[in-house]
Amino acid sequence: MDEIQKNLLEQVAGLHEMPAGAYNIRANGKSVERSTTAHIDIVTKEDRQGIDIVIKPGTKKESVHIPVVLSQSGLTEMVYNDFYVGDDCDVTIVAGCGIHNSGDSDSRHDGLHSFYIGKNSHVKYVEKHYGSGDGRGGRIMNPETKVEVGENSFMEMETVQIKGVDSTKRLTSAKLAEGARIVVTEKLMTHGSQFAETSFQVDLDGEGSSANIISRSVARDDSRQVFYSKINGNNRCKGHSECDGIIMDRAHISAIPEITAVHLDAELIHEAAIGKIAGEQITKLMTLGLTEAEAEAQIVNGFLK
Amino acid sequence: MLELRNLCFQVSDDADARMEAGQSREIIRDINLTFEDHAFIAITGPNGGGKSTLAKLIMGIQRPTSGQIIYNGTDITQMSITERAKLGISFAFQQPVRFKGIKVRDLIQLAAGSAEVGGSKVKFPDICDYLSKVGLCARDYVNRDVDASLSGGELKRIEIATIIARNTPLSVFDEPEAGIDLWSFNNLIQVFEEMRLESDNSLIIISHQERILNIADEIVVLAEGAVQARGQRSDILPELLKGTEGCKFYRQPASTK
Repeated sequence: MDEIQKNLLEQVAGLHEMPAGAYNIRANGKSVERSTTAHIDIVTKEDRQGIDIVIKPGTKKESVHIPVVLSQSGLTEMVYNDFYVGDDCDVTIVAGCGIHNSGDSDSRHDGLHSFYIGKNSHVKYVEKHYGSGDGRGGRIMNPETKVEVGENSFMEMETVQIKGVDSTKRLTSAKLAEGARIVVTEKLMTHGSQFAETSFQVDLDGEGSSANIISRSVARDDSRQVFYSKINGNNRCKGHSECDGIIMDRAHISAIPEITAVHLDAELIHEAAIGKIAGEQITKLMTLGLTEAEAEAQIVNGFLK
Repeated sequence: MLELRNLCFQVSDDADARMEAGQSREIIRDINLTFEDHAFIAITGPNGGGKSTLAKLIMGIQRPTSGQIIYNGTDITQMSITERAKLGISFAFQQPVRFKGIKVRDLIQLAAGSAEVGGSKVKFPDICDYLSKVGLCARDYVNRDVDASLSGGELKRIEIATIIARNTPLSVFDEPEAGIDLWSFNNLIQVFEEMRLESDNSLIIISHQERILNIADEIVVLAEGAVQARGQRSDILPELLKGTEGCKFYRQPASTK
């Protein structure tokens, strides 16, 4: 891998070198490095682009890294990755995509990640998106995540996109069985003329299931963001979604939350708030000696931390 | 030394919906005050008398319509909040601001460290010290966000801890007692007494509380935007305590409305 690819890898997966545990690194449309462990297997799909990640029942405290980097301008790919997580597991999965585009044609990575999580397991899934390069070609990513959370399992998902992605449409859907939980935290910042659309759809099918979706976003310059979240309470369950947006410059943000209860004991809440940085927050930090610009940066960084 | 010269502040009808077009209202009327170094001054007076506005004019949160503010020989009237903060003025908000994603630790570090972002890091024992002065256990609070999860009283104590951490030559407190429970209030009195004893810094405290007025060296009575009285605590306080009915300082000047 070259320096550009290494930098992308560091940005999306926090990796300076090959990680411990299982990993598969995909660069410019090909798997370039792979490692498996006694409990985690990674198998190339035969019918289409992508891999199957198979985590054996009872796997504890192990991790899987599957970053994707694109540094060849004009490359377009669609990848299917399937995760099979057995019962009684506790694993961390780090995915992410970095695109460096210094050319004039669009580079685009679309991915569908499907999770099949067994019973009593805990999966932490981290996904970071990052773009760099000064070419006129767009850096486009459209990730889709489908999750089936088994009985009494817990899926924790963190998605971060702070810089450099010109266009993104991300769709996350989850189905929860009895006693299953999902917590999704999204951090998003758009600038320039970027566009980002986020859509969550959660079906709380099992008794005692719960979902918490928390999105924090900042839109600067002329960028646009749309946030959809749909929670369906089909049983005794708890669902909460929260979209908190800071709008700056000439940006636009829309938040469209939807909650549907079809069971008497479904408790669903949505909260959405969009506004500019509160003037009094800037004033307070200025009284501590920060300039207006420093105060603004502190507030935005804290908000997205 | 802080000097207020012929300080006036008016709001026009755009800023105050209660007024008819073309009218303006005087909040601060021609105030002249000098605060010497190492002073502990309480400013009191009826609600709506202009106390908070005066505090904000000193910090630069509001700009005067006319008049001058001189701090240690420098005219700071046109200076920004940041510049005044860097000159050594601190301000404790009556209603402290909440932040999503900024931790108690971050806020105190911003207050105590150099004014620059990412400036010298303040060590944990120091943060602990600032927080314990306001009656909070650092371990429970440093990693909490300064957001809606904190109660009004907790937030107020953290606000005061940021001022202690700043340790500047002049600190202005806008009703520090507001929203604080009795136990913390006793603590608060102690905080002010310590600040007074342990440094040469000056304190200007806007307050309605007798017990705060009782530890000030001087008291300024502000009503209808003007100084009604100023003097040593021993001269002013007994008059104030006679009750507002009979208090000569609270006898309002003839209404101009």
